Amino acid sequence: MHVNMKDIATVIRREVIHMSHRARAPHLGSALSCVDILIALYCKVLRINSSTPQHPDRDRFILSKGHAASALYATLAHRGFFPVDLLKTYGQSGGCLPEHPSPNCVPGIEIGSGSLGHGLSVANGLSLAARMQHKAYRVFALLSDGECNEGSTWEGALFAAAQGLESLAVIIDYNKWQATGRSDKIMGLKPLAKKWEAFGWSVHEVNGHDPTEVADALRDVPDKTGRPVALVAHTVKGKGVSFMEDDNNWHYRVPNDEDLASAVAELVLR
Amino acid sequence: MTSLAAEDRRLALLTGDIGNRLFDSFQHNYPDRFVNCGVAEANMVGVAAGLALAGMKPVTYTIASFATTRCLEQIRVDLCYHRVPVVIVGVGAGLAYAANGGTHHACEDIALLKALPEMTVLCPGDPWEVRQLLQAAIAQDGPVYIRLGKKGERVIHDGRPHITIGKSLIIKSGRDVCLISTGNMLSLVLETASLLEDQDISTQVVSMPTVKPLDQEFLREAFSKFSMIVTIEEHSSKGGLGGSIAEWQSEHHVFTSQLVCIGTDDVFLHEGGGHDFARDFFGLTPLKMTKTIVSKVCLRKKKRVLELIE
Repeated sequence: MHVNMKDIATVIRREVIHMSHRARAPHLGSALSCVDILIALYCKVLRINSSTPQHPDRDRFILSKGHAASALYATLAHRGFFPVDLLKTYGQSGGCLPEHPSPNCVPGIEIGSGSLGHGLSVANGLSLAARMQHKAYRVFALLSDGECNEGSTWEGALFAAAQGLESLAVIIDYNKWQATGRSDKIMGLKPLAKKWEAFGWSVHEVNGHDPTEVADALRDVPDKTGRPVALVAHTVKGKGVSFMEDDNNWHYRVPNDEDLASAVAELVLR
Repeated sequence: MTSLAAEDRRLALLTGDIGNRLFDSFQHNYPDRFVNCGVAEANMVGVAAGLALAGMKPVTYTIASFATTRCLEQIRVDLCYHRVPVVIVGVGAGLAYAANGGTHHACEDIALLKALPEMTVLCPGDPWEVRQLLQAAIAQDGPVYIRLGKKGERVIHDGRPHITIGKSLIIKSGRDVCLISTGNMLSLVLETASLLEDQDISTQVVSMPTVKPLDQEFLREAFSKFSMIVTIEEHSSKGGLGGSIAEWQSEHHVFTSQLVCIGTDDVFLHEGGGHDFARDFFGLTPLKMTKTIVSKVCLRKKKRVLELIE
């Protein structure tokens, strides 16, 4: 099936901006940052079927950076996991789409997340279970660079390497920002790719806004090195909207009507 | 664990780099389902959650303080929020590892874990309770914390009764005072009861290995029968079994009996010394507990008894 991933990404970005505007919900920059990674996963990489979201042999996707939930919700809806209309209830009181996903809130959500540094360990467990149960499914976890501040992320990195969890891949949405500053300054993440390599992972660096490049790097997990895969995806926070790109104010800022109109005007299908 | 693993292919054992040789037979028989997760408790809990989400039944094992307080947020988010069937086994309840210093004492773990929604908290009092409750915990749907003493606790339940989660066991009957023990204090509580009996105070001894959910049926009956209920635990009575029963009393307006909570104080123990020293420091010896109880018993008997003990 031919899918134009760039067009889908544009649709998702529009959706995400509308969701943030409607719900007055923050973390827009973080959501826009990982849209292309999600598109690559959901269009080209993950072996999943939206009509059987609990299939025991499905690939698992873990959104460890739970604050990008809007991007995942929009992606899942557009891939048929639930009606697109439901996105209008994002962040609403009593609704099933909280600003950080709760466990099983909608089909396709594998774990509840929001507290950083949890996703990799849970992904480790899922991957270990596949080995114990002789299953061939793979596990993909999307982390933020800010999450690499958390000690538990590095506990998880050491563990996965020691266990040789080759069907596990981590994608780091490396947009060089965290909530209140440059991620390299706050916690000394550089050199990030070398750190993962030193921890025993099979590391690739890609342009995180080229879905084809992302998909090509992930499609063949496990990569026969016997090691888990870390994909350092270089990204731009707020990607897709000129006045949001690389402006960390959009970590918390919510678009007003004017911002919405300008943003949407930039996001047109070609 | 090894025999349970034979019956249930979903059972997996994760350790935090302790239990040298303890799991040799498990490892030998089920190498694929044994993982030493290293000194990385937060990751171990997350791994257990992932295993459980995929249909396994993991049991984690390490020292009680590290199994709980070290990785409390992982327990809250990965296990409780997801309501996954993971059994956390913490060894070294209360002051069992006293000699190792305050880092190894676990006198707050019950309080912290019982506050988490979906969590079941079990403190077995003898090896038979351990055996029965481990089986029951593995059969549960949600997360369970099992708080073990150390090795060598005396067997109390010679009759091998069937023990279920949420039910208490009467070990010895009495009329005046009811001692409710949870966890590794059980044999000392029995000694305390016989000292009280020596002073002509008829004492019932109950083992209450489940701190959450509380055995409300038993409590209703006990509070209608005894003039004094005493909780005894090797844990801070703030938030432990004592605190839990005080909360229950207040919630249900049950003030028919006097409640006395015996446990560790709201302080750290900084001195060196073994388990017996630490128990003595916190007044958790049969003689000191007897004095505490007697000092609160109704005045009529009190004067006479205190004279006898002195």
